[in-house]
Amino acid sequence: MIPRHLLIAMAVLLVAVLGLSIYAWHMRGTAVSTPVASSDSRPLAPPVAGPTERVTLYIAHDDDGSLRAEAALIPMPSGRQQRAEELLRTLLSHYLDKSSPHPLGSGADIRSVFLVDPGVAVIDVNSAFADTHRSGVLVEDLTVASLIHTISTNTPGILKVKILVDGHERATLAGHADLSSFYDVTAVNQLATQLQPAQ
Amino acid sequence: MRWTEFMRRRRSRSAGVPPAVWSMFRAPAAPRRGPILICICGAICIFAMLLSGAAPERHLSVYSVAANYSLPIVQHEGRNYICLLEVLEPLGKVSAKLEGPRWRLRYNNVEGDFQVGKTHARVQGRDADLTGKFYVENNRGLVPLTALASLLPRFLGGPVTVHDESGRLFIGSVATHFTAGLSFSAENAPRLIFHFTAPVNPTVATEPGALRMTFTREPVVAPASPTLTFGNKIIPSAIYSESNGTAVVTVNSSVPVIASFSNDRRTVMVSPVATQNATPPAPGTPEATAQPTPAPAAPAPVARRYFAVVDASHGGDDYGETLSSTLLEKDVTVALARSLRQELEARGIPTLVLRDSDANVPLDQRAAISNAYRAAIYIAVHAASSGHGVRVYTALLPFDGDDRGNFRAWNTAQHAALPLSQTTASAVAAELQRRQIPVRALTAPLRPLNNLVGPAIAVEVAPQGSDSSQLTAPDYQQLVTSAVATAIAATRDQLGAAQ
Repeated sequence: MIPRHLLIAMAVLLVAVLGLSIYAWHMRGTAVSTPVASSDSRPLAPPVAGPTERVTLYIAHDDDGSLRAEAALIPMPSGRQQRAEELLRTLLSHYLDKSSPHPLGSGADIRSVFLVDPGVAVIDVNSAFADTHRSGVLVEDLTVASLIHTISTNTPGILKVKILVDGHERATLAGHADLSSFYDVTAVNQLATQLQPAQ
Repeated sequence: MRWTEFMRRRRSRSAGVPPAVWSMFRAPAAPRRGPILICICGAICIFAMLLSGAAPERHLSVYSVAANYSLPIVQHEGRNYICLLEVLEPLGKVSAKLEGPRWRLRYNNVEGDFQVGKTHARVQGRDADLTGKFYVENNRGLVPLTALASLLPRFLGGPVTVHDESGRLFIGSVATHFTAGLSFSAENAPRLIFHFTAPVNPTVATEPGALRMTFTREPVVAPASPTLTFGNKIIPSAIYSESNGTAVVTVNSSVPVIASFSNDRRTVMVSPVATQNATPPAPGTPEATAQPTPAPAAPAPVARRYFAVVDASHGGDDYGETLSSTLLEKDVTVALARSLRQELEARGIPTLVLRDSDANVPLDQRAAISNAYRAAIYIAVHAASSGHGVRVYTALLPFDGDDRGNFRAWNTAQHAALPLSQTTASAVAAELQRRQIPVRALTAPLRPLNNLVGPAIAVEVAPQGSDSSQLTAPDYQQLVTSAVATAIAATRDQLGAAQ
């Protein structure tokens, strides 16, 4: 004869198992029916270690076609090259934000930045950066000016900049901005002045 | 004979010549200086002749299924020689060994035995005529170029074709053939269509009266006759030629022509600039047949000079910006370019539209045409959906580009004309502003602005509001183009002086 308290315990456990099974079934259905909001295919960058520094980002704004300076506090690594990469990734994070004033396509990223003396910087962006970039003279002009003016302002000594896509030379960014030559930093800085918002 | 004696004899033969004239030929104070001067002048002349007579470096272009490559041709006793090892190296496993006067070559499993100074060699134990002496230079075995036709099949086991004069070697059936035929567009404008059996990527150069396509990497070979005539006044003929490892097709024309590519670069259409048609006929479409005849004299260059060149940006498979689900930038730019031409010509400014149809014209070619015709102003037309109004651009010159003497760097060819380009851009912006169209003047890294030697601007037209369909509205197009044309007309004197 099974003791009464054991029967009660078994019954309670059975009810609990049934209840949890029903709850799990319900949760599974909910998970399947909930759409994934968005997928970010950018590769994860390792966390940056280093003291926080104040930098100036030049952010493009499509509404008035301007380039505006914005101060930012970001942790900066010690290496000159890594600093330049981190700087441009921070700039890019502004453009990939939902409320971006100059949206870039999903998955756009800076693969690496090479600083070669004397005064040469090579910015290597991924193919998503160029493939998903909107086409137009001004919109491409803004992107190029933003990248080059930001890196040259925060990294002294850069005289010319080359932009590569996935490590290769490309004719244009998205049909307009020429990527086949080295950009003259002085000329781009003058363009940045032209692109400043009207007072 | 001494200088004084020589002059005395000359004087005795020339009786009646005034003494004042002869005084100019008086013997110099130091009699030996004359011969020294003559020697120095002679040496300079010989040196100049040697310099001017220096032959350009010759090359052999090799085309094979495995690789296309180019090798230097060396001269020995006035004959062309080539390093056999370098010819075979990209095609298989090859090694060579020099043992005294004997040079042994092994290609895969085939062995060759050569002797310095001998005109015969042994390949796989069989005698081979080299048509000239064999040389070794820095351990490199050199054979006459003419020997390749008989020597290579023994090593490679297949046929080869050698064009000795032009330095081209075809290994196997790799040749790219082409046909050329004339057809006519709906406006009865002639279009010369080249169909190639493989994709081609020639360097295209234009000059008044001719368009030249140079094939350096492609194994393009001659049609049945090197001269093709079409019996047309606008495009009378095309000539095929080969030299120093390249093939050249020259299209003679009496009006400016342009080349556009389609069908995965297997089809090249050459047609008058202003009357290009979008789609070349498919292979097999009836066309006027090219009839080989002796080459006619090249037509005289066109007398007409264009003051303005208007370039409708993009075209063909380059759509530019997708302005809306039904509107592409390349279509809007053509409409704007036509409208601008109309406005400019209404003000008495002869205007050439570079792309008047849906053709893909390379950027280099757009710049080359404008440069060749020395246009006083080049205006590229773009369209955009973002922003409002019009943006006027001048070139943002790249860093690199060093001028060499009188030769300007292609990337920074605009450098000298940039101030005048900026003046023109300012005038255009001011006129647009006067007509209450929102406008900005900026620089942009926009090709081919930097490749133009004359004043050059780009005009990007955006809608005044958020509706992209305004870009196709004739009223809006005319408002913008008439303002641009008025500004160009106002700066005509400045631009004309620079032209």
